[in-house]
Amino acid sequence: MTHIARILKDDRPGAALLIMLLAASAVVPFCNLALAEGNPLHLPTYSMTLWGKYLCYALLAVSVDLIWGYLGILSLGHGAFFALGGYAMGMYLMRQIGGRGVYGNPVLPDFMVFLNWKELPWFWHGFQWFWFAALMVVAVPSALAFVFGRFAFRSRVTGVYLSIITQALTYALLLAFFRNEMGFGGNNGLTDFKDILGFSLQEDATRAGLFALSALALAAGYLACRLITASRLGMACTAIRDQESRLRFVGYRVENIKLWVFTFSAALAGIAGALYVPQVGIINPTEFSPLNSIEIVIMVAVGGRASLYGAVAGAILVNAAKSWLTVAFPDAWLFGLGALFVFVTLFLPYGVVGLIRKKGKRS
Amino acid sequence: MTARDRLRAIFGIEDPIIFPIPESSPELDLRHGVILYLEGISVSFDGFKAIDDLNLYIDDGELRCVIGPNGAGKTTMMDIITGKTKPDSGSAWFGGTIDLLQMDEPGIAEAGIGRKFQKPTVFEELIVHSNLELAMAGNKAAWPTFLARLDDGQKDRINETLKLINLESLTKTKAGSLSHGQKQWLEIGMLLMQNPKLLLIDEPVAGMTQQEMERTAELLTSLAGSHSVVVVEHDMDFIRSIARKVSVLHQGRILAEGTMDEVQNNQQVIEVYLGEYPC
Repeated sequence: MTHIARILKDDRPGAALLIMLLAASAVVPFCNLALAEGNPLHLPTYSMTLWGKYLCYALLAVSVDLIWGYLGILSLGHGAFFALGGYAMGMYLMRQIGGRGVYGNPVLPDFMVFLNWKELPWFWHGFQWFWFAALMVVAVPSALAFVFGRFAFRSRVTGVYLSIITQALTYALLLAFFRNEMGFGGNNGLTDFKDILGFSLQEDATRAGLFALSALALAAGYLACRLITASRLGMACTAIRDQESRLRFVGYRVENIKLWVFTFSAALAGIAGALYVPQVGIINPTEFSPLNSIEIVIMVAVGGRASLYGAVAGAILVNAAKSWLTVAFPDAWLFGLGALFVFVTLFLPYGVVGLIRKKGKRS
Repeated sequence: MTARDRLRAIFGIEDPIIFPIPESSPELDLRHGVILYLEGISVSFDGFKAIDDLNLYIDDGELRCVIGPNGAGKTTMMDIITGKTKPDSGSAWFGGTIDLLQMDEPGIAEAGIGRKFQKPTVFEELIVHSNLELAMAGNKAAWPTFLARLDDGQKDRINETLKLINLESLTKTKAGSLSHGQKQWLEIGMLLMQNPKLLLIDEPVAGMTQQEMERTAELLTSLAGSHSVVVVEHDMDFIRSIARKVSVLHQGRILAEGTMDEVQNNQQVIEVYLGEYPC
């Protein structure tokens, strides 16, 4: 405990972020549930869920900042781990529908009945239990990251080559999940969810609970990443980012350190995906699209690399801008996103956080 | 004067650090008194023979200087010993039983071979203190590194090393903003924290003042005995001030070996190398 306190003393913005998240996990549900609709402080469910989504993206951005900002691995495929976590949660939610589906089959989800399948595929077993799904949310992305990382880091693939492979990874998964035969609902994905742990997803209270969980998960994920970056392991990560081969001569097995941090980051991304899916009500293969993964990197770049809280700020800024631009200029918003990235790269190498830090130093 | 007295005099430290005798790996076999065997090593890059049938033996506790003109293969030799380059043929043994050619860089570092690079390479984004902490001997696997906290003994060791390398006032400075000479010292400090049994030191005094060179010479001679030290250097005055035994490398082979005087009077050596220097 004293150790955490000491670390947060050196990370004022992080401490402020944690306090804000803890407060939001209580205040936001209160403003939504307890205050009547006429009350000026009442928060509509729509906004609360939107912010819940932003927080999931923020957790994903933090996981990317851990490996990009501190370890120097630019993953252009982190959306894959997010989507896998989302699919694991989606499978649980599908099994919860039970006999309430359109076709009324008590075991098979609608899309399987539609495809004329008679039996549940083996990999759908177990997802009727929440604990099993929760385990898979972490286990599946971690396992993929572990296997991928073991091969990639062992062969000392680094830099843009590694980025390209991560991009290929998510693209391959995108194509695979589009196929109906894969058994994940093809291009429609998984949707029409009814309830989670017996609580209806249409209820405001359930949505408030999901928001609070997202805020707490982001706080916990942030703290875990900060514990890593502030430890000696964090120093080793920075050393790997800047002088990978030098660190080997000091006696560190660089590929193992990369592997564990990368796997941890993938697990965080999976948790973010699992919290995201019940709030948006759908998961489909477009979550695997390379564009999504690039967007996450843009979020981190906009917020400011290698600060962790910058990733949170970037995720919220970019997504708020996206929410606004997709409504205001539906055809042009991608140009806006591209322009933002170019602007940040050219003029704000340390992102928004860097801008604020610089101002702070001048005054 | 003992080594400790000399250190006290040169560094002006009341109680100079006594370098801990490295805990050698249990497999390290020094019964024959030789810590490093290089036998018949050859390596070529794109047809260029960087090392050509090289034989070199370093005794336990020895301080050996390796000199040679540019392109003689000095750095390649260090690359082979530390696992960065695999030779085409030959064998490299650490003590009687550890086959260096079967190991990777971290394994070799863990077995007790430390290296200082020609161009000082420190972790520029990390502060001086962190550079030393990172280099410190200990379990360097991912999870123990995550849990590691400095105990009092380790803090003392870092502080003593900081004193020794004269960077006490710059502990919290990023290593990237140090001067060239200070980076040299920091890298030497990292090597001391690593506490290897065999130190390979590539051009330690480049960018150092005369006074700093003297300090380096003192440091290296006081390390010898409990450690084995191999120094590659261009600066002849420096070599003369520390050398006990000198090996001359030329076109990837050992051309001559002996004391500085013997080597300097060797006709072949004068032709290929020392001839360039008006000694």
